Amino acid sequence: MTQVISGSGHHVDATTLLLEASHVTMQFGGLTAVNDVSLNVHAGEIFGLIGPNGAGKTTFFNCLTGLYKPTSGEVRFAGEVLPPQPRLVVRAGMARTFQNIRLFHNMTALENVMVGMYSRTKTNAIDAILRLPRHRSEELASTERARELLEFVGLSSAADTLSRNLPYGDQRRLEIARALATDPKLLLLDEPTAGMNPQETRQAEELIFRIRDLGLAVLVIEHDMRFIFNLCDRVACLVRGAVLVEGQGDVVQNDPRVIEAYIGTPPSEEPISDRGPAGTDQNEGSADA
Amino acid sequence: MKALISDETKVRFRLPARVVSVVGALAVIASVFLPWAYGHEALDDVTFTGAPSPLQSFFLLLPGLVLLLLVVPFLGKQRLGRFAKAIAWNTSARTGSLATLATVVIALAAIAIELKGLINIEIGGWVAFGGALLAAVGTPLLPDSPEPTLDRVKTPKWAQIVGIVAMMAAVLFLASFALNQTDAGSFLTFGALLVGVVLVLRQLGVLGWLSIAAANNNRVLVLSAFVVAYAFPFTQNGSDANMSIASQVLIFAAAALGLNIVVGLVGLLDLGYIAFLGAGAFTAAILSESAFSTVDFHPPFLVTVLISGVVASLLGLLIGAPTLRVSGDYLAIVTLAFGEIFRITMNNLDGNDGPNLTNGSNGISGIPDLNFLGFDFGQAHTIFGVEIGRFANYYWLMLMVIALIIVVFMNLNYSRIGRGWVAIREDELAAEAMGVNTFALKLLAFAGGAFLAGVAGAVKAHHDVSVTPDQYVFLESAFLLAAVVLGGMGTVMGVLIGATILKLLPEKLRFFSEYRLLLFGLLMIVMMQFRPEGIIADERRQLEFHGEDEQLAEEIEEELITHHTHLFPERKGFVL
Repeated sequence: MTQVISGSGHHVDATTLLLEASHVTMQFGGLTAVNDVSLNVHAGEIFGLIGPNGAGKTTFFNCLTGLYKPTSGEVRFAGEVLPPQPRLVVRAGMARTFQNIRLFHNMTALENVMVGMYSRTKTNAIDAILRLPRHRSEELASTERARELLEFVGLSSAADTLSRNLPYGDQRRLEIARALATDPKLLLLDEPTAGMNPQETRQAEELIFRIRDLGLAVLVIEHDMRFIFNLCDRVACLVRGAVLVEGQGDVVQNDPRVIEAYIGTPPSEEPISDRGPAGTDQNEGSADA
Repeated sequence: MKALISDETKVRFRLPARVVSVVGALAVIASVFLPWAYGHEALDDVTFTGAPSPLQSFFLLLPGLVLLLLVVPFLGKQRLGRFAKAIAWNTSARTGSLATLATVVIALAAIAIELKGLINIEIGGWVAFGGALLAAVGTPLLPDSPEPTLDRVKTPKWAQIVGIVAMMAAVLFLASFALNQTDAGSFLTFGALLVGVVLVLRQLGVLGWLSIAAANNNRVLVLSAFVVAYAFPFTQNGSDANMSIASQVLIFAAAALGLNIVVGLVGLLDLGYIAFLGAGAFTAAILSESAFSTVDFHPPFLVTVLISGVVASLLGLLIGAPTLRVSGDYLAIVTLAFGEIFRITMNNLDGNDGPNLTNGSNGISGIPDLNFLGFDFGQAHTIFGVEIGRFANYYWLMLMVIALIIVVFMNLNYSRIGRGWVAIREDELAAEAMGVNTFALKLLAFAGGAFLAGVAGAVKAHHDVSVTPDQYVFLESAFLLAAVVLGGMGTVMGVLIGATILKLLPEKLRFFSEYRLLLFGLLMIVMMQFRPEGIIADERRQLEFHGEDEQLAEEIEEELITHHTHLFPERKGFVL
């Protein structure tokens, strides 16, 4: 399965800096949605972004992927400053999914994935009109690649299903397949398990690990704490537009400020230990508080 | 109808209902051999006893079908085997009876109007009306039949090819018959008859079967369609009147197909598209050897065509580049204004307010006929003993242009570019976020559509002999758009049908041309209400218009899979 993502299946040095966001600020009028956020994502790493509703996670995502142009600050990808245009960001090697699924509903699963391949294919209008060999071979190759990707996410039997007819969980997986079709180095997932049952969540988790094993870095926004701490090598917690804590999963998990941000101030007589894994179970499942 | 009459009633009255319907159908058939009117003027003379007029003979078609549908299952269903279950006998008979009634009423109304008074309808007309009424009352009382499954009956390839060829032959025959109806009443009656037959065939599942046969034998379909289209002038006995209409229809259809790329495939609303046709026409006129031409450069027509296309597409780029960043209503307003700017500019390039390019509102007249390698388009030629006139020559040329446009349309649609267009239509932001260069794709559609319109315009200039700015008014853009929407956005067949309806009807129905705007407006409102996807629906467009209809989505998906129409992209399109 590793050959699915061509060219990036080799061993990656986990210390290579892939995404480098420095002092990103995004203001809408008087509202500062993202305030001076700096984050680094290394190659081959799964990075989690958590935070209560309205903390600015999705806005930060939009800044990274070129949907918004940050008011100030800079985003570098593989050393280059990212152009503020979504399609150029995709070309550079960064692909995303959406919090509210945005598939092309009246296209089949296969066609959805093939749209994702747009920026990596070259057939122009003349090739297509004259049906030149380039068109033919590229169409065949894209179709085959799209089928491989559908198989990779476990949707090979649904290739000809209209995406609007797919069950919810499959739509999420199809969005991931479509993003993978852009041949990214970094995959950004915006709440990939929102609305999923525990079994589907486990499948998603397993899928993300497999994507990492292909050599891709993953930046994931999530509310589901069990999911995020199982999955991520490092986690950052965003509160009111700013990074509150960043670090290894268990460090962030037990940081009192994170807990406070999620469930409010704990009763003073029972301070939560920030030293060990003792308090692990208390704050799980309170994700959307 | 289903709500009106309960199933129990239908079962109880099924025998008398059948008898009444059969009697009704027989009466209509008998009426064909009776005189319908007292005057010769109505419906091209329907006053004969025992010898029906050609139009009357066509009246055998619908009640004949109804009779067959009523009698055959009663007599020998077993012998028909698997076909018996695949046909919706009763429901089709019902459709046929209602269509018969509607057609008879139209025919009688035409007689009454043309001869001034119902009193002029003779016995045959009343027999037909009574019979049609009986059948229309009787057949709704028959029990409903299950959905037709004729389209799923496995048929050998040769049968499918025979079916396609037969359909094309029928189209050629019926189209030439319809065009030869000089009288508006006859034309309308005949049109109503054809619509009725088509509705019955659809109910029977024959149309479904044909569309599958067509999908499986794409090449046969395209080839036979073009053979039929090329053969059409031979049915006209050298008459140029009909060929003039036909060639105008083709020019209009070519422009509508070009617009269909912009509107149907990408979903951009362009209200100034006629300007591109005009740009092509003016370019060709200026470069022609007309005495009124304003430049001293007269290249051969093949070069002129290319220049016309390029000029039009440059205009497309010029207007598209700044405006395609906006979409929806804004784009519509900008293109609307552009169309007007074009017309006014052409009016003013007369040497007083600027360089003299177009002679202002006089335009450029006296454009000579085309001449390819000694083949003079202005001359009549005798081919196979049939005289082929001037307009037939242009008709053939326009067929080639349309073939080119269809190839461009289909091959772009089934390619990476076409997928990008669909993605833009569905969710532009998501498309952009998946790496689709939405701006470039929209610009490509705009400029490409403009190029095709420019090419059509170049032929139009020679066809029309003169080009003036007032031929390219906003109303023409509106008609082009109406043809696309009425026929079916994103489809070739639909837009051809839509263009034919919008161009042919006003020509054939002179009495109605005063009210054509009113009637087309009404038609559009009715279509938007009941069938927004157009006469021939593109599957994806149909889904977009019926976003909530889950059942439709399942059906279309099943259709896509069984027909494999969207799969094997490498097989789609036309290889040149």
